[in-house]
Amino acid sequence: MTPKVVLVTGVSRFLGGHLAARFAANPDIERVLGVDTEPPPRDLLRRMGRAEFVRADIRNPLISKVISTANVDTVVHASVTASPAGPTGRTVMKEMNVIGTMQLLAACQKSPKVQKLVVKSTSAVYGSSSRDPAVFTEDMGPKDLPSSGYAKDAVEVEGYVRGFGRRRPDVNVTTLRFTNFIGPRIDTVLTRYFALPVVPTVLGYDARVQLLHSEDALAVLERATLHDLPGVFNVGGDGVLLLSQAIRRAGRLNLPVPSGAVPTVGGFFRSARLVDFSPDQMRFLNWGRVIDTTLLKKEFGFTPRWTTQQAFDDYVSGRGLKPLIDPETIDAAERGILDAAARFR
Amino acid sequence: MAGARVIPLHDPERDAARRSRHVEVVPEPEQQQSATPDWERRLTDLLSFARRRIAGDYQVDEFGFDRDLTENVLMPPLKPLYEKWFRVETIGLNNIPAAGGALIVANHSGTVPLDALMTSFGIASEHPAHRHMRMLGADLVFRTPVLGALARKSGQTLACNPDAERLLSSGELVGVWPEGFKGVGKPFKDRYKLQRFGRGGFVSAALKTGAPIIPCSIVGAEEIYPMIGDIKALARLLGFPYFPVTPFFPLLGPLGAIPLPSKWYIEFGEPIRTDVFGENAADDPMLVFNLTDQVRETIQQTLYRLLTQRRNVFLG
Repeated sequence: MTPKVVLVTGVSRFLGGHLAARFAANPDIERVLGVDTEPPPRDLLRRMGRAEFVRADIRNPLISKVISTANVDTVVHASVTASPAGPTGRTVMKEMNVIGTMQLLAACQKSPKVQKLVVKSTSAVYGSSSRDPAVFTEDMGPKDLPSSGYAKDAVEVEGYVRGFGRRRPDVNVTTLRFTNFIGPRIDTVLTRYFALPVVPTVLGYDARVQLLHSEDALAVLERATLHDLPGVFNVGGDGVLLLSQAIRRAGRLNLPVPSGAVPTVGGFFRSARLVDFSPDQMRFLNWGRVIDTTLLKKEFGFTPRWTTQQAFDDYVSGRGLKPLIDPETIDAAERGILDAAARFR
Repeated sequence: MAGARVIPLHDPERDAARRSRHVEVVPEPEQQQSATPDWERRLTDLLSFARRRIAGDYQVDEFGFDRDLTENVLMPPLKPLYEKWFRVETIGLNNIPAAGGALIVANHSGTVPLDALMTSFGIASEHPAHRHMRMLGADLVFRTPVLGALARKSGQTLACNPDAERLLSSGELVGVWPEGFKGVGKPFKDRYKLQRFGRGGFVSAALKTGAPIIPCSIVGAEEIYPMIGDIKALARLLGFPYFPVTPFFPLLGPLGAIPLPSKWYIEFGEPIRTDVFGENAADDPMLVFNLTDQVRETIQQTLYRLLTQRRNVFLG
């Protein structure tokens, strides 16, 4: 079933905005509504074309009126986010994530026209610890979760979504558990992290990192909206990068920090407004996380175009990250040593 | 093989003939080329390895296994330990398939799990297919900084059924030491007495994936650090499962940490097939228990046999 009226939350951010733009470019969709608390940046707004922007807070019951008066039949909830709006934005972020989802779901439940719900969730719901299996499938749960932060928000959001699914069995609910996004255009905690000239890591740990290209993420969200594909799906690129390997590929320097000093260093980076890591993301730097995407390929019918490595390389070249040590210098050094060795023969 | 005859690898006559022919055919500069010293080739390898590492240009699988690092950095230091110190002899390597999933189940001993490292090195270097054994390790290993990261990079993963099944079904050779800390940290007086084999999780993983179980018996590892005592309070303080006391450790300090040079035998037994029990065999606890016992008995009997054949702990 192709949706007639689509409502997208979180359009002032990369994913929501570009998703709304894709729907606006689709002639089969009659109306596209984009909701967020603040207007999208101008270039994003221009991209969104005929999509209508509704400045509304999904924490406010007003959202219910928007959904019922516009005859919305498909809701794409893409506003659950890991990046707070500022150093003090964490409480606000939690409210937006959890209370916002509750309000939005309440509004959807009220409106009989709603036929489909697509939720952007995260693989952070699996947690990250040493006692976890190497690869998570959709039926696994977290071993232990931090008592706060994005991961907990996401677990709570998914809980409410499941509750909604039980109360409205006629609605197709698709929950997508994304890995971390990467790409030349998207701005996330991770893209800022790898852009630091000296990248702090936790001493003695090397996380396995799985990434998804932001274009693949958009394609998955679009496919979930245009087709009826209910269920919970892991979404991530093929393959794995080690954190140290990724830092090397980006040409950065690795600064191992003893685990005891990690909160201090994290605090410094937060106050310097460089990167804002929450405690659960710090744990991610210790252990990393890899998810199984068999269900995505077999049942959902989507294979990401970029592997983790390709997506990361695209990010590195797209951002124009210059390696600290020029690869040509290394090549020259290698040739020089070999020439010298040949003379000694 | 009626026509088979022995061809000596280094026949002095043939070697001489080849050398003379070599001089005749090859012109002067190319002969120099063929005489590229061994150290120079090694230098080339080393430099290209360094370049790959600096650029991050290598592949890591979903478990974090870094083949490039394992083969070039982590494995080579084990070679002298394997060949010169313990003089390991492997028996029945042909029981390990050249490809496809298989589960190696072995006895655990020696206070420090060197037996796992030696078995893994033995298969990687002496098996014709040079397979990398993917071992299932305790949670403690992966929680420990540095060690945990190294374990993942060398292909090890957490001992849990999802990981075991994923490895086996993707055709990997998996190694498991079901006695765990009970085996590796048992007192010297209990040497070569197999401890309880966990809950048989490894058998159900093999049953689910239809992978054969290869019993593996290791003799010699018990004597490297004869554990005569266990300081429980210190172990609790440090978060270790035990704190070993050997005749030389901690008495001689770091010197006491040198393992005794016992002579080792590692025997791989006949594979036990698990694909003959039908669809839901893994859900039959009785079958799982029986198979666990069968594997355990096989290893124990092989240990006894190897021990009766051994005349001296250090000379074999």
